[in-house]
Amino acid sequence: MTDSNKTLDEILNLAAAQFKVPREKLTPDDDFFKTLGIDSLQALDLLTRLEHHFNVELPDYELQGVSDFRTLAGRIQARL
Amino acid sequence: MTNQFKGETLSWELRDGVIELALHRDPCNEIGSRTLAELEKFASALEVLQSTAHALILYSTLKTGFCAGADLRELYYGAQGIGKEAAARGVREFLERIHKVLNVIDSSPLTTIAALNGVTFGGGFELALVCDLIIADKMARFCFPELRLGLIPGFGGIPRLKRDLGNAVVRDLLLTGRSFNATKAQQVGLVSQVVGEGEPLRAARGTATQLGKFDRSTAIAAKKFIKPIPYEELRQEIDLFCELFAQPAVEAGLKKFVESTDAQPYLP
Repeated sequence: MTDSNKTLDEILNLAAAQFKVPREKLTPDDDFFKTLGIDSLQALDLLTRLEHHFNVELPDYELQGVSDFRTLAGRIQARL
Repeated sequence: MTNQFKGETLSWELRDGVIELALHRDPCNEIGSRTLAELEKFASALEVLQSTAHALILYSTLKTGFCAGADLRELYYGAQGIGKEAAARGVREFLERIHKVLNVIDSSPLTTIAALNGVTFGGGFELALVCDLIIADKMARFCFPELRLGLIPGFGGIPRLKRDLGNAVVRDLLLTGRSFNATKAQQVGLVSQVVGEGEPLRAARGTATQLGKFDRSTAIAAKKFIKPIPYEELRQEIDLFCELFAQPAVEAGLKKFVESTDAQPYLP
């Protein structure tokens, strides 16, 4: 598995566990706001969990307009 | 009775020399007129209670966070249909009142601890900044989002963050409008302890017990020496906030925020 795919896989695992969604129901190109059904406060919670998990800092504006797991993984990968 | 109070938005209790102020207004302790009135009630009680206590802990009972800041919906809808001058007067009066409350807590002889979880944004961040020590859940998140609305923080955030950390951190948070987590907040010196999820209150109580072992008059003298209140800058901040509030961009920014159904309304 490439680093990018590993990052993506870890994000999907983390999101599934945190928001109690079956892992197999999540795909890389899903709109995570819709698939996870999360609001703005939960989105911040996810952002913080991702920062801790990957030990990176993700300024909010880096995620502006990002709504699918694959793009999110790319933004995180760029800071690893 | 002053020793304890249960209000609509907050409650307090004095026990074993420690006053605990709990915030509990859904969805995330937004500070509007009701919270302000109860904070004023608390500030009055504090002036009596602090003679029999050694510590004050501020915390939220809500999982969403400590406090998401000013109640922007109340601010926006309250300003509709009353004219710009009346709206501006209302904003200045609100700021004068909240500053008075925050100055009372900031200058209290008690050792004060903010026990934070989740969202600690805007006015919530400013409320935490009046405390002597900040203990944060690892999921706590800090932000000054006001520039996104065409404003600056108005509850004393800039002078107090500058006092505690210096201009560079203030500029980063203020000018980018970004948020950062508790680990980063500890790295820059804002947070004294980062603890696990759901643990800040327990850690704050443990710290308060430790504080109670010291001679009070020495602790009071030490705090007074190391924690000046930036009254002049706080005054200037109110003036600048009111000046900016009169700009058309603010009404547009508030309108966009309150009408947004976006899952990321906190982003401009």
